[in-house]
Amino acid sequence: MAVTFGNEQDVHGAVGGNALVRWIGRNPIAAFVIAIAVLFVFWLVFAPWPDGFQAVFGKKRLFVDALLNGITLGGLYFLVASGFTLIFGLMRYVNLAHGSLYLFGGYMGYEATQWTGSWLFSYLIAFACCAVVGVAMQVLIFRRMEGEDLRQTLVTLGLSIIFSDLMVWVWGGNAIQIDTPDYLSGPLSTPIVVSIKSSGEPVFLHYARVRIVILAAAVAIGLGMWLALHRTRIGRMIRAGVDDRDMLSVLGYRVQLLFVLVFAFGAGLAGMAGIVGGTFQSISLGEDSNFLLASLVVVIVGGMGSIPGAALGALIIGLSEQIGVVYFQNYATVLSFLIMVIVLAIRPQGLLGRR
Amino acid sequence: MALAQTTDATPLIVPGEQRTDALSRWVSRYAPTLILGVVMLILPTITTPFILDQIVGWTLILGMIALSLMFLGGYGGMVSLAQMTVAGVAGYMIAVFGASSLPKISLFWPWWVAAPIAISIAVAFGTLVGALSARTEGIYTIMITLALASAFFYLTLQNWPIFNGFNGFTTIPAPHFLGVNWRSTIPFYYMVLFFAALSYAVVLYISRTPFGLALQGVRDNPRRMEAIGYNVTAHRIAAYAFAAVIAAIGGILLVWQNNQISPFSVGVDVVINLLVIAVVGGLSHPIGPFVGALIYVILRTFALDALTFIGLDGRRFQTLIGLGFLVIVLFSPDGVVGLWRRLVAHTRAPGRNGL
Repeated sequence: MAVTFGNEQDVHGAVGGNALVRWIGRNPIAAFVIAIAVLFVFWLVFAPWPDGFQAVFGKKRLFVDALLNGITLGGLYFLVASGFTLIFGLMRYVNLAHGSLYLFGGYMGYEATQWTGSWLFSYLIAFACCAVVGVAMQVLIFRRMEGEDLRQTLVTLGLSIIFSDLMVWVWGGNAIQIDTPDYLSGPLSTPIVVSIKSSGEPVFLHYARVRIVILAAAVAIGLGMWLALHRTRIGRMIRAGVDDRDMLSVLGYRVQLLFVLVFAFGAGLAGMAGIVGGTFQSISLGEDSNFLLASLVVVIVGGMGSIPGAALGALIIGLSEQIGVVYFQNYATVLSFLIMVIVLAIRPQGLLGRR
Repeated sequence: MALAQTTDATPLIVPGEQRTDALSRWVSRYAPTLILGVVMLILPTITTPFILDQIVGWTLILGMIALSLMFLGGYGGMVSLAQMTVAGVAGYMIAVFGASSLPKISLFWPWWVAAPIAISIAVAFGTLVGALSARTEGIYTIMITLALASAFFYLTLQNWPIFNGFNGFTTIPAPHFLGVNWRSTIPFYYMVLFFAALSYAVVLYISRTPFGLALQGVRDNPRRMEAIGYNVTAHRIAAYAFAAVIAAIGGILLVWQNNQISPFSVGVDVVINLLVIAVVGGLSHPIGPFVGALIYVILRTFALDALTFIGLDGRRFQTLIGLGFLVIVLFSPDGVVGLWRRLVAHTRAPGRNGL
């Protein structure tokens, strides 16, 4: 058994590597262009800029800031969208109340930090509260309309209308900001040279410590999810369910239990993302639909139901929004929708999606 | 066999009898429509201008836009959330090409030039939405059209040269011609009634044409329709184009009714309310959207007073809408129209009455 398991892992690894090699073999020009672009961005970030560049890209500090902000925003989008895409992939309905879960998690986290004073502890509270709501939704409502995707989606819509109105009732319409804990506030010096003083001394970029921590946490959660999906028994069940849930159920696996677990996990992630969003932006009325839309766009761009797709989509959308804010002020949000439309026209299943 | 029956049957029926028989059947079949038509025609004499303008006018206009959603969702199986956006494009274009309080943007062309241009642009937009989402199905369509609708919302919010950003347009006059001011209450009512009745009749007619039947075939089984030689994608895009015509006319009437258009006329909540209207009314018959719109407009107008009257917070109007929507989706998937049909079937079925 252990031997088979080991072999299976090897085969998987090899397939992953081969897929990339095959893709490069099929699209050598695209691969070359992407590689050059990535190298160019790395060079832009780490090398001191020659004189002509400032005229094209503006100040280097601005560019690097936009890049880092985009990547951190991508991390936040990934936290929200990964739960969304996981629920979609397994259960086949678009959870239009996902944004409400995000906002609810943010408010619960805010309450928890007010009461206990612990920022880290509030994540637990937000995760637990949203997971409970998720389980209740799955058990009380969605299980009763098994196999009717459209109705389930419409129900999530009704729930999102009710949730958002109730949250306005309780917390009002004002924006709420969750305080950054002391040990994470303040800037962190990075080894990126922004400019060189006249004395020849390099100026290094400073970046908010809490954002770097959050980005690291998002990456860790992403890797953890990937490992859980590919290296554990329950992960294999989920992947099998995404491919063919009827067959999984016929084989005697407890698909309903799996649905509840995945829904709870996805909802909990959205709740934790609410605290992240409340810490480095703010949470308020209307953020629920903003983040629902962000997850929609991320998932459409990345590929519906795919976790790596959600990561790629979140990175692209986060970057496009932040770079858009710096370079095309008036059309920052439209830019990400434009990317979505182009992806839809060229590859309707999303960049990493499967037919 | 069938031929023998007809030859046998013909001499037995006296021509006069046959005619009265056909007439009575025709009357009983169309009686509800006729009564409704007569009531609508004499409505200005029996109600107040407030009800005519604020209740019936809004119902007919929102009903028309929801009708375009019903046509796509009910006959085509494509629940498109972008229909309000198509209406909004037409509304914005009538403000840009026609008259408004903004001489910097508006071109002040006469209505008989501006209206056809606005409708053509909106139809082109609606067809584009169709082309982008026609290759996907079911819940994917909801996701993509919701994302496109919010893309348009953000575009209008951030674009000042054409859409005048946050403020939008005000004082957009309805035309004066044939010596009539078409914005005064009674002429406007008849104009709206004419277009609503026309689009209702055309949708009903199209649902029985070969195109409409093929569309319903595409809804029920796209793969089989593809196999017998129908171009599934072309049928879907054509349906989007036709629905866009209705939505565009509704959009122009909406702007004339409202006398203004701003990004918040095409915001995400408006888009979702339109889906609520269509689903609550029922997606199975073209009368559904109008029923849904009537319920929605009555709730919107009177819920605040009614809720305060029974001792609840009047601001919880959205919760009421959400709960109503949820109840309809949970217990009557084909809306109020479906509820009515089942009620009629129940009272007419003799077996059930006997029991």
